[in-house]
Amino acid sequence: MSELITATAADLAAKLAAGEVSSAEVTRAHLDRIAAVEPSVNSYLHVSEQAIATAEAIDARRAAGEQLPTLAGVPVAIKDVLCTVDMPSTAGSRILEGWVPPYDATPVRKLRENGLVPLGKTNMDEFAMGSSTEYSAYGPTRNPWDLERIPGGSGGGSAAAVAAFEAPLALGSDTGGSIRQPAAVTGSVGVKPTYGGVSRYGAIALASSLDQVGPVTRTVLDAALLHDVIGGHDPRDSTSLTDVWPSFEQAARRGAQEGSLKGLKVGVVKELAGGEGFQPGVLARFRESLELLEQNGAEIVEVAAPNFEYAISAYYLILPAEASSNLAKFDSVRFGLRVTPQGGGTVEQVMAATREQGFGPEVKRRIILGTYALSAGYYDAYYGSAQKVRTLIQQDFSAAFEKVDVLVSPSAPTTAFKFGEKTADPLSMYLNDLTTIPANLAGVPGISLPAGLADEDGLPVGIQFMAPARADERLYHVGAALEALLVDRWGGPLLHRAPQL
Amino acid sequence: MSEITPEVVAHLADLARIALTDDEIQKLTGELGSIVDNVAKVSEVATPDVEATSHPIPLSNVFRPDVPGETLTPAEALAGAPEHASDRFKVSAILGEEQ
Repeated sequence: MSELITATAADLAAKLAAGEVSSAEVTRAHLDRIAAVEPSVNSYLHVSEQAIATAEAIDARRAAGEQLPTLAGVPVAIKDVLCTVDMPSTAGSRILEGWVPPYDATPVRKLRENGLVPLGKTNMDEFAMGSSTEYSAYGPTRNPWDLERIPGGSGGGSAAAVAAFEAPLALGSDTGGSIRQPAAVTGSVGVKPTYGGVSRYGAIALASSLDQVGPVTRTVLDAALLHDVIGGHDPRDSTSLTDVWPSFEQAARRGAQEGSLKGLKVGVVKELAGGEGFQPGVLARFRESLELLEQNGAEIVEVAAPNFEYAISAYYLILPAEASSNLAKFDSVRFGLRVTPQGGGTVEQVMAATREQGFGPEVKRRIILGTYALSAGYYDAYYGSAQKVRTLIQQDFSAAFEKVDVLVSPSAPTTAFKFGEKTADPLSMYLNDLTTIPANLAGVPGISLPAGLADEDGLPVGIQFMAPARADERLYHVGAALEALLVDRWGGPLLHRAPQL
Repeated sequence: MSEITPEVVAHLADLARIALTDDEIQKLTGELGSIVDNVAKVSEVATPDVEATSHPIPLSNVFRPDVPGETLTPAEALAGAPEHASDRFKVSAILGEEQ
């Protein structure tokens, strides 16, 4: 494989700045890789036709002596949930097939302003509903570690793209784990920022009180660099935080230095670190990472979060409720598909026929469930109670963060499962998200990074750190510290052990 | 046990404007029944003394000066519409024959 596609974004940025390589060369290497492996991986729903021209324009600006932002000239893949003016944006759904939005999502605009080169749009479960990409209307993405297995979801396309060296960086969105769980099962890195840390403007909404856009990469430093680009206040998103954020790049660089873990208090969430459904190989790698943290000066304590066991139930009431409302806009009038029943029909009949044909099974399931949860007579029992559970989960987090600096758990209870294993029983798919959902309900940030390979199947295992709201910096610090220790122990990045495609 | 029957699912589908087939209604009745039984667990801890949280980070209303911002042109706004006439979205008949 070309060094241009295995290099980290940080290394590519340094080589581009030093004039050792051009953005056009880097971009072409990635387009070649995409052409070579896409028939087996299917990470991309659309590959940009302007990528080379964009890269050449960056090269010209650099040649003219312009001082460019750090990541200028580095290619990036974009989850199809984010609006792009120059590429279709379908959110993995037939109802938006071919739709080209009239505006860019704010994180996309920031990529362009910083000179990054969009390579294309990545596959996902329809409207981000799923944990496997099996609910994409355009066929599943395959896990580069084993093409018979899922790459996680909903952002399986972005995770597989970086894991298969089809992009050094990607954007994802995380509503209940859609960045972190795919990172875990593909051996890559994913960060869900603090709610409001990255603008949601132009991100096709799933559940507005849970959705958050974030970086998908191969290293913690690369995630930090990308987060620095996309984060910050945006007046176009009224839930965007006005905080001035520290440099996450600097946090990652400090974390990677020797001795950075001394005195750090790490809390193991008892409810998320074992029990029914956790694979032995996942727990073995998790415990090894804890030992490594401890040997290097971190203090490991166990903390209880008794209400986390209600998180999945609350999530699968709040999410469908918000989704049923957000997806009402797909009405066959303003954009997307229109299906007219035989012999015509009223606007309501056209709408119902359009939504029947345009939505897939999981989207229908959740819209109907959300409509039920919001119905008169059931509202208090379901949606109202779920909102109370949300309060209790936030209280569990607050109590835990009084004792520790960061919390830790496996990112997902198992390694990548096989296609079809969980589609017959929707509930079994939902239970897969138990480790990632609490962070979304409380709005706190989380990172997943590789912890090794499970003994029983040789597939990647992820470890998750969570920090208090607004303390995303801590994730980059501890994440980079553990990553440095593990890579040293492995003798190189984990992804270099993935089979050749 | 939940109260999800095929009639309930058909009614919800009507409210949600999705023309489900009979097969879909049958399948969803079983699936939703088991999901609802499971998520009903929230009521175990959602006691009256617990306050509800609608939003992860408390925020008050956000305002901006009432001045025109950047907006889409009519052509941009209509670019993705299935059907439009002059500068307007075109919809199917609002009223059916029985109305």
